[in-house]
Amino acid sequence: MSPLASARKFFQEASWQLWFTQVMAILRIELKKSLWMRRSIWIYLLAFGPVLVIGGHALESRMGRNCNLTEDTQVLAGIFQLFYLRLGIFFGCMGLFTWLFRGEIVEKSLHYYFLAPMRREVLTIGKFLAGLIAAVLTFGTSVLLSFTLMYAHFGAPGSAFVFDGGGLGHLFQYLGVTLLACVGYGSIFLALSLVIKNPIIPGIAVLLWETFHAVLPSLLQKLSVMFYLKQLCPVSIPSEGLLALFTVVAEPVPAWLAVPGLLCLCSAILVYACLRMRRTEISYLAD
Amino acid sequence: MTESNNRIVFENVSKFYGEVLGVNRVNLSLPPGVTSLVGPNGSGKTTLMNLMTGLIRPTQGSITVLGLTSDDPEEFFRHVGYCTQFDSFPKGATGHEFICQSLRLRGLNEAEAGKLAWEAIERLGMGDAARRRVAGYSKGMRQRIRLAQAIAHHPTVLVLDEPLNGLDPMARAETIALFEALGKQGLHVIVSSHVLHEVDKISDQVVLMSYGYVVAEGQIHGVRSEVKEHPMQILVRCGNPSGMASRLFSQDHVVEAKLNQDGKGVLVRTRDADQFYLLLNRIMVEEDFSLEAVTPADDDVNSLYQYLIGGAAGGTV
Repeated sequence: MSPLASARKFFQEASWQLWFTQVMAILRIELKKSLWMRRSIWIYLLAFGPVLVIGGHALESRMGRNCNLTEDTQVLAGIFQLFYLRLGIFFGCMGLFTWLFRGEIVEKSLHYYFLAPMRREVLTIGKFLAGLIAAVLTFGTSVLLSFTLMYAHFGAPGSAFVFDGGGLGHLFQYLGVTLLACVGYGSIFLALSLVIKNPIIPGIAVLLWETFHAVLPSLLQKLSVMFYLKQLCPVSIPSEGLLALFTVVAEPVPAWLAVPGLLCLCSAILVYACLRMRRTEISYLAD
Repeated sequence: MTESNNRIVFENVSKFYGEVLGVNRVNLSLPPGVTSLVGPNGSGKTTLMNLMTGLIRPTQGSITVLGLTSDDPEEFFRHVGYCTQFDSFPKGATGHEFICQSLRLRGLNEAEAGKLAWEAIERLGMGDAARRRVAGYSKGMRQRIRLAQAIAHHPTVLVLDEPLNGLDPMARAETIALFEALGKQGLHVIVSSHVLHEVDKISDQVVLMSYGYVVAEGQIHGVRSEVKEHPMQILVRCGNPSGMASRLFSQDHVVEAKLNQDGKGVLVRTRDADQFYLLLNRIMVEEDFSLEAVTPADDDVNSLYQYLIGGAAGGTV
């Protein structure tokens, strides 16, 4: 049977309804765990730290005193690119996604999933989606609040910028990039948690890779999540001195290529995670 | 369903954890009914159960359960329920939620899952505690709720790793009765237990394991008669035990015939049980010994365990 014919057969015979029900059941269990677990407190602190800072700034500079729209737009872009993308979402995803399977192993409850009549691929995708929803809800809300606070304190000029001057477009782009960052880092950390027990060392390695990818050859740069995300941000931040390391894109690709490029990279990582999960055995003692 | 599709089959299965042996060259074909896995700690019982349920994969060999393999989990786990030894639960779940969650993962809707969950909960006598959090359960209650979770989807193969651990005598008796009933319904019930005299009562067949090897398997009586180096012990209760002892002792296959402690019977050790029963028939025809009872004294799992593996007495290992 040709690959095309077998693919057609697979799609015709696949148990879509069952898989959907199972993914929904996983989401129900995992979202409760991811959003309400005590371990998530530090992720919330990390996510909402900038909101507090911008909130403080908004209180101090009511009605745009001591600041201006252009400057604050640059500050928001800086906070988003340097804090949210490189630290907040990165470490938040590390905490959320590595715990999806590692947490089950530590708590010796993974076998309940393995003993269900469920494909390991469905389990992996279900867990990934649960982590993604939790991460996007957390960081998306934080970005939304930061954006609102940043422009609300200007009063009428602020709302004119948001609703008539392209500000709303910026917001959607920030939220879109947040979603893509969660997809990118989520897939990486989910896969890493299936390969390595302690996520700290690989986490540092990924952080270094993501930070210094700009100095790598062009092909290797495309294997970095940040390579795609930087180009999708609505506002560029100055590329002077050391900051250039974080902001310069040597060979930019257009947005219509950057989004599918990132999604392809993440899909490849998730396929690897699914294959890895298929071979996973329960050995809590060894872990 | 063909005969081979109604069995649990291990073909030359070995499992190594690095250089440590889990089980080695296991060949088994288990029919429906209650099968006891017996062996000391570290003999490979849990490894065998984990292999059977696809939680681990064999280093070599193949395993099929009712003709299915765990590579097709959607079909395989519709038929298999496994109550593991892991005493862990999803955080914060009540007994009912715990079972419902696992049923929802099977693709059932909320109503179906709730119905099956209550059915299993009632069957294990956990109705009163089901709405409480599992974290507050006693060890015995946790064991029972895990058993309820394993049987909730009506599996045809039920694998139970030390299912009697932590249960009080009353709950033990009820649980054993449940296993027996499931076995009689034609299910495969695979039980590992340290409480030999209790599994002995319900086992249709036994698998004895030691150091990762299957030492013996089959129906208890059949396995016992294969153990030639330990003559079979049979207790004969009759009116004239000393006369019976002298008649029996004249035979070659009778190794020992001694009066029972209560003076009302003879404990005979024979190398050939069939010959012995023929002899006993002949004696009863020829003489009047007013025979009351003839019972095998070491035709049970506990004796098999001691003869083939050695170690503890008193019904537990």
